[in-house]
Amino acid sequence: MSAHLFDIAHMLAGGLVLVSFMLLYQDRMFALLNVFALHAVVLSASVAWQGFVQGAPHLLITATIALVLKGIIIPLALRRMVVRLGIHRTIETVVGIGPTMLAGMGLVALSMVVMLRATAEADPLAREDLALALSVVLLGLMMMVTRRNAVSQVVGFMSLENGLVLAATGAKGMPLVVEISIAFSVLIAFIVIGVFLFRIRERFDSVDVAALDAFRGERQ
Amino acid sequence: MGVIVDLAVQGAQMLLVLLLAPALLGFTRKVKARLLRRRGPPVLQPYRDLLRLIRKEAVLAENASWLFRSGPYMIFAATWVAAALVPTFATGLTFSWAADMIAIVALIGSARFFLALVGMDVGTSFGGIGSSREMMFASLAEPAMIMIVFTVALVAGSTQLSVVANHMLELGSLRVSLGLALVALIIVAVAENARIPVDNPATHLELTMVHEAMVLEYSGRHLAVIELAAALKLLLYVSLIACIFVPWGLAPVGGTAEAYAIGVATYVAKLFAGGFLLVVFETSIAKMRVFRVPEFLGIALMLGLLGTLLLFVSRSF
Repeated sequence: MSAHLFDIAHMLAGGLVLVSFMLLYQDRMFALLNVFALHAVVLSASVAWQGFVQGAPHLLITATIALVLKGIIIPLALRRMVVRLGIHRTIETVVGIGPTMLAGMGLVALSMVVMLRATAEADPLAREDLALALSVVLLGLMMMVTRRNAVSQVVGFMSLENGLVLAATGAKGMPLVVEISIAFSVLIAFIVIGVFLFRIRERFDSVDVAALDAFRGERQ
Repeated sequence: MGVIVDLAVQGAQMLLVLLLAPALLGFTRKVKARLLRRRGPPVLQPYRDLLRLIRKEAVLAENASWLFRSGPYMIFAATWVAAALVPTFATGLTFSWAADMIAIVALIGSARFFLALVGMDVGTSFGGIGSSREMMFASLAEPAMIMIVFTVALVAGSTQLSVVANHMLELGSLRVSLGLALVALIIVAVAENARIPVDNPATHLELTMVHEAMVLEYSGRHLAVIELAAALKLLLYVSLIACIFVPWGLAPVGGTAEAYAIGVATYVAKLFAGGFLLVVFETSIAKMRVFRVPEFLGIALMLGLLGTLLLFVSRSF
């Protein structure tokens, strides 16, 4: 494999981690959705490049699914949802943006340490892809933990799933049917979450999940 | 004979940065005015300002200490040495062994230290505000700068700028870490030079200014020296970016007169292109609130850290 192919794959995967950090940094709802669309676009570019490098045409289908579904349809649907819910203001975070970013750097460092130890003999391309994909997954998880607003938690969940797709394409020989079923289960999850969002709003007049605490009896 | 020529070339570089610095400042002011559809002062105006200031009497506050009088010269000396160490038109000059990126960061840091001290010396509240804000920004900008230095040094295998520039010329591939380092370095440069999203170089509005607040008490030749140091700092950052990320046209070690001429021409072109891009960036965004600046600089710190971390999973490491 020539050096250029590898470097471009590395750059795209690194770019995905960077866009994950941009997601953590955003404090406006519409900006968050735009960055989420960018996340999906970078993912689909990365998957398409992997398909080209590995000579696996079915990865191009995965890339197209990622681009259409997560780059266009879900951000547009989320945007409509945000407009209908009337929550296009700033996002409330549990801790400040600075500590969140620092914790994110810690997670990236952690995933590199874990992956470099665990996959010492693997193919270098798959190895660095796995390390970066694990960082994207952990950053998505952290986004779900540090946000109060249910819509931004959905975005965190979707970016986590993007990390899983990145990991899956890095490992050679993942069947297309698995990828398609993952993509559609994410779509189903998105629809279910959307229904839940409106139910939560109906019940509590807010999509701030802190409102749920009182309902569960954790906070009187 | 060879030693004399080498020293002459090094001396020429020191004079070149000193002479070009006000021109770069004047150019950015002119372009900015044109972009705002004003006519703007002529490009040579900073030279005239400096001459006028040198001829004027320096007024000192009654309680000014020796630090207040010697501070401007220390700031100027540290900045000038730092700016003269960056390879501008040629690599491998006589003092290029000293052109270490960490040494340059340290020189800029000591200049900032003196600036913050003299800002507080007379005891006016503006100077104190300016110094405290400058230190708040510096506490994030300096670690970010160090992370950028680490990233670049890990890629090039050296912290010497001449070696780095030569390595970048031969680097035939895309490195995501270098891209991150470039963005981070631009953010640090904008913040360090008190340009628009962080500070407005043209304002004297008390609530927003940082750099101007610290030098408010100066007049005459002291102010001239401080303004020249500020212009040199802008030139230093533009030439640092040019030297690391666009090293084309640099004359090699022991180059001919022709190579030096090409080096100087490309350097001047890079300088003014950098100034132009800076002004376009400045006019297209608004100034931030002071308390948002740490977040802005936090991005630079994060990019630097991420660049260093990503190097560890790349192939060549």
